[in-house]
Amino acid sequence: MNEWIFDIWTIITASTVACTSAILGSFLVLRKKAMVGDAISHSVLPGIVLAYIVSESRASWVMLIGAAVFGVLTNIIIEFLNKKAKMNADASIGITFTWLFAIGVILLAYFTEGGIDLDQECVLFGEISMINLDKVLVDGNLYLGPYAFWFIFPVFIIVLAFVVFGFKGLKITSFNEDYAASLGIRNGFWNYALMSLVSLSTVMSFESVGAILVVGFLVIPPASAYLLTKRLIPMIVLGCVFGILSSIIGFYFAKSFNLSISGCIVCATGIIFLVNLIYSIIRDRSRKNISIAQ
Amino acid sequence: MENKSIDVHNITVSYSGAPVLWDVDFELPTGVLAGIIGPNGSGKTTLLKTIMNIVKPVSGNVKVFDSNIDKVRNRIAYVPQRESVDWQFPISVMEVVLMGRYSGKNLFKRTTKADKEIAREALESVRMLEFKDRQISELSGGQQQRVFIARALAQKADLYFMDEPFAGVDMATEKTILEILLKLKDEGKTVLLVHHDLRTVREFFDYTILLNTRLVAAGKTAEVLTEENLNSAYGARLTLLEEVGKEIKKKDFPLREKDFDDK
Repeated sequence: MNEWIFDIWTIITASTVACTSAILGSFLVLRKKAMVGDAISHSVLPGIVLAYIVSESRASWVMLIGAAVFGVLTNIIIEFLNKKAKMNADASIGITFTWLFAIGVILLAYFTEGGIDLDQECVLFGEISMINLDKVLVDGNLYLGPYAFWFIFPVFIIVLAFVVFGFKGLKITSFNEDYAASLGIRNGFWNYALMSLVSLSTVMSFESVGAILVVGFLVIPPASAYLLTKRLIPMIVLGCVFGILSSIIGFYFAKSFNLSISGCIVCATGIIFLVNLIYSIIRDRSRKNISIAQ
Repeated sequence: MENKSIDVHNITVSYSGAPVLWDVDFELPTGVLAGIIGPNGSGKTTLLKTIMNIVKPVSGNVKVFDSNIDKVRNRIAYVPQRESVDWQFPISVMEVVLMGRYSGKNLFKRTTKADKEIAREALESVRMLEFKDRQISELSGGQQQRVFIARALAQKADLYFMDEPFAGVDMATEKTILEILLKLKDEGKTVLLVHHDLRTVREFFDYTILLNTRLVAAGKTAEVLTEENLNSAYGARLTLLEEVGKEIKKKDFPLREKDFDDK
């Protein structure tokens, strides 16, 4: 099979991860909860390991349940520390995810001694260049892309549907929680629904980008878009565009210099952010000059 | 009392052990402008939020229009404190006002034409229609406040809760808000608002709730605003406040944010 087909599938998979993350990440950024995404991406680790130990299977839906449970648990602990124990938001997040992540690391190290087929490196860093080793083949020769793509694609559809149908709910609870509550809208539902989807997409992205870099996908493209636009829908769409652009640039850069693909993609998101930042600073300055001139 | 709009029964609220409201108990009739006043940290905002069940009381209960608040949410409207939201949020004036048409039930439905028309009318009545497509960060403080008022008006409610609507607004906005309050009263609506400026209480409100963690007094404004009650709510600070107030009046200090429109 031609190599370029693999390249295309790698880019498509990375772009799907990027779009899923950008859609959810837009709301995390606006809710000032970007670091909760970071926390979730780390603290699902014990969930994955426990699910594996209990079920002794590497079937992804089992791990998914484990991860989702810990994703929601992370959110509950953070909210508890923040609201009930009166810790600062950043301290609550710092305590929760490092602690859960440490448990995950210990569990992983302890149980992988017994020859369990779950790789620490893989969970933490992922490697999108390997995804083409697991192919979906129909009739032995019709190539339908890597398994990793078919993990993330349904999640993308679920996330898209959630944001399209729940747009009003997400918008009002992100902008003004107290007001939403006065209308009888349940903030808790929207918060946990969003966080559950963040856990889900994070776990599904592990194989391709890993637990650490997925945060870059969640936060950086929406943050870039936030600098450019003053409307919510364009912000989400632009976030996806930046994600896809980064996937393409990152992939070819990595290929030319034989580097980590996911690493290069997140670097590309960072560079795009920098360009946008410089642009927005210049734009704001020239606006100020115009208004002074007037 | 006949035609009660709000019946607050012995509510106590505490944040991590310390009471913010202690055994507060009062009733409010319909069709009045009522003010909650009291010193900083006296629990005014908390009282408003507790009546709407956004903050849960430790004990006591609240009835609105003689029933549980959840059953009459379509009859109440809320103007939160302006500082309580992020005005950099990527959203337009119109989108904010349309939120007044949201409810727990229609959240998954599309916004209708009728909703948009109501939102336009609400913006018109606060003289902000021409700004409907602006991003909210591009507004002055007074304009932001008017957008919040428009959102509450779009709710077409019978009972309005407003948290410091006069805080940090320009003259034009203050005038607009006052007009709207009087109009709402004329239509037989009830407005309960948190207010911090003692000097204007007598002009604005029929009813006053004087608060300092405990309820100091509640009832008709003239009966509540006695020297004794004020001293018991504000203590020695009141005299200082009055002195400052007098000084300001004498020297004609600019108290308010400069109106952006005046430029």
